[in-house]
Amino acid sequence: MAELTYRDAVARGIAQEMSRDPDVVFLGEDIAKPGGAFKASVGLLDQFGPLRVRDTPISEQAILGAAMGAAMTGLKPIAEIMFSDFLAVCFDYFANEFSKSRYMTNGQVKCPLVVRTGNGAGSRFGAQHSQSVENWVMMIPGLKVVAPSSPADVVGLLAAAVRDPDPVVFFEHKSLYPTKGEVPDGEIIDKLGTAKILRPGKDATILALALMVPRAMAAADKLRQEHGIDCEVVDVRSLVPIDTQTILGSVSRTHRLFTVEENPRLCGWGAELVSIAAEELFYDLDGPPIRITTPHIPLPSAANLEDQVLPTVDRIVATVHRSLNS
Amino acid sequence: MGSQTSRAESGAAAVVGEKVDSQLALRIFRLLVEIREAEQRAYDLFLQNLVKGTSHLSLGQEAVAAGCAAAMRPGDLSFCTYRGHAHTLARGVPVEKVLGELMGRDNGLMRGKGGSMHLTSVEHGVMGSYAIIGAHLPIACGAAWRAQYKGQSDVSVCFFGDGTTNIGAFHEALNFAAIWKLPVVFVCENNLYMEYTPIADMTAVKDPAAGRASAYGLEPIIVDGQDADAVYRVAKKAFDKARSGGGPSLIECLTYRYSGHSRADPAKYRPEGELERWKQRDPIKIYRARLLDSGVAESVIAQIETDVKQKLDKATEACKAAGPPADDLIWTDVYADGGWAWRN
Repeated sequence: MAELTYRDAVARGIAQEMSRDPDVVFLGEDIAKPGGAFKASVGLLDQFGPLRVRDTPISEQAILGAAMGAAMTGLKPIAEIMFSDFLAVCFDYFANEFSKSRYMTNGQVKCPLVVRTGNGAGSRFGAQHSQSVENWVMMIPGLKVVAPSSPADVVGLLAAAVRDPDPVVFFEHKSLYPTKGEVPDGEIIDKLGTAKILRPGKDATILALALMVPRAMAAADKLRQEHGIDCEVVDVRSLVPIDTQTILGSVSRTHRLFTVEENPRLCGWGAELVSIAAEELFYDLDGPPIRITTPHIPLPSAANLEDQVLPTVDRIVATVHRSLNS
Repeated sequence: MGSQTSRAESGAAAVVGEKVDSQLALRIFRLLVEIREAEQRAYDLFLQNLVKGTSHLSLGQEAVAAGCAAAMRPGDLSFCTYRGHAHTLARGVPVEKVLGELMGRDNGLMRGKGGSMHLTSVEHGVMGSYAIIGAHLPIACGAAWRAQYKGQSDVSVCFFGDGTTNIGAFHEALNFAAIWKLPVVFVCENNLYMEYTPIADMTAVKDPAAGRASAYGLEPIIVDGQDADAVYRVAKKAFDKARSGGGPSLIECLTYRYSGHSRADPAKYRPEGELERWKQRDPIKIYRARLLDSGVAESVIAQIETDVKQKLDKATEACKAAGPPADDLIWTDVYADGGWAWRN
């Protein structure tokens, strides 16, 4: 067991898979010689050489198209899109290409690829470099979508994503890169499509993803200490496939559901989960499901403004407390 | 058309001298006729309401598909657009499967799950027909990257129209292929119209593909796209170069589509007489005359034409007899486990 940063866990996960399988290749802007804009791929060029770890031009369509063509013909590429906001300039590949080729060709074309991307706010980068866009791709049939919150999950879910025969979008949270956590030694392989109960509780279920997970955990501590409210915190981890068994199982025990989402409110991932819970667990609920989200606005840059709009520990505490005591 | 033809001839001049042997010539002729007849049949079936949706025909553009396919080797990969029937047939995909797909029948190439714009036959090297302009140029780069990385000798060939030269993915792919020196050949079918608008009105340079080549360190190559032999020679040279590690090429084929952009387009925007002038340089007429000149007997040519028509009639009947795809296909192959489950 070693303590690793989330950033180093990315490099470790990629290295684990590249060591195992020579068909795994890695491409993106500034990922090789510079070691990544967020230093999440330092050392990979030295370890695996320039044929397998390749810098690209600033050409997101070329990056994803090349990853797809390579995947279709036998490689298992990992492509990096530096900031997830840039998914918008290559969105065709998510929306129309590698998501649909298997279906349209009646199973002839396979696209086992991973798109890694830096997601989320907290760095004061403003509206075009801070968004949480996991909901942009969650809505597209044919994709799988994961967003780990801890270094150990980064390694294990990245391994699972690389080994998965479907295209997987892997959201790394930029504000989690410097955070640390224990990572077991040796090979780690996690499972896509699995949520994790990080803290059991009986009064309410809080669903969270990525950076919102540590906030939900801190809020649960406070709710317990200050209000005697015992929350169960579920790290959703995988948006597609989604582990409704774990999630609905939790809600059916606690009878209350809260989501903590960094994406702007409309059509955020929590809306889908609340809708599923409302359809399937309506009579088990003791109160309305409540979504705690970033408001439906572009993200401001200044520290005090950005800090206000993302769900905070205090906002989670206040929302859950108010709702359970009303 | 006059000035375009002369430019085309000068472009092809670089490879004049390599004779297309007679066996190959007969193969090319058969491909030309197969594509022409199949496209005409697709149109007829549409008029009979047996082909639904849309279709984008290559009538008039057959020489590009036939010439390129004849220059490809088994194992080479084709990446096509929504105007992809011709390129699919040219790689040897049975016409019955193509027509079946257009007709939405269970015997179709993808059992009706893709339709006219997405013809794909991996076993024939047809790696897909892509209906988003420009999307497949980077994808072809990726397939070429795999060949380069694995030391395999196949070439990825990417076909697209003149309109594609004004979309970003074209430029990203050209630069990417050039800097990585990938074994990919980009083949632009310049049929003068991006869709309903002349490409010349919408492009900053005279030659929409060749005029951009120098921006990516590539040689500008223009070829007469009505002459299958000229296309074959230029294509073969580019494929050989790619195969031997010489990197990508960009070929602009000057051609013309006889029908509108899609089935919805009567092509009234064309100046009077333009279609007729191009039909004087019809790719099949040119090739037929050349075969006769080279001493091939009229009876041999006629036999090919009869064979193709008979095969097509048989295929049409088979498609009409085939049932619609089963309802359960709706739920297959969204994901690699064969199904569509997004939750447990």
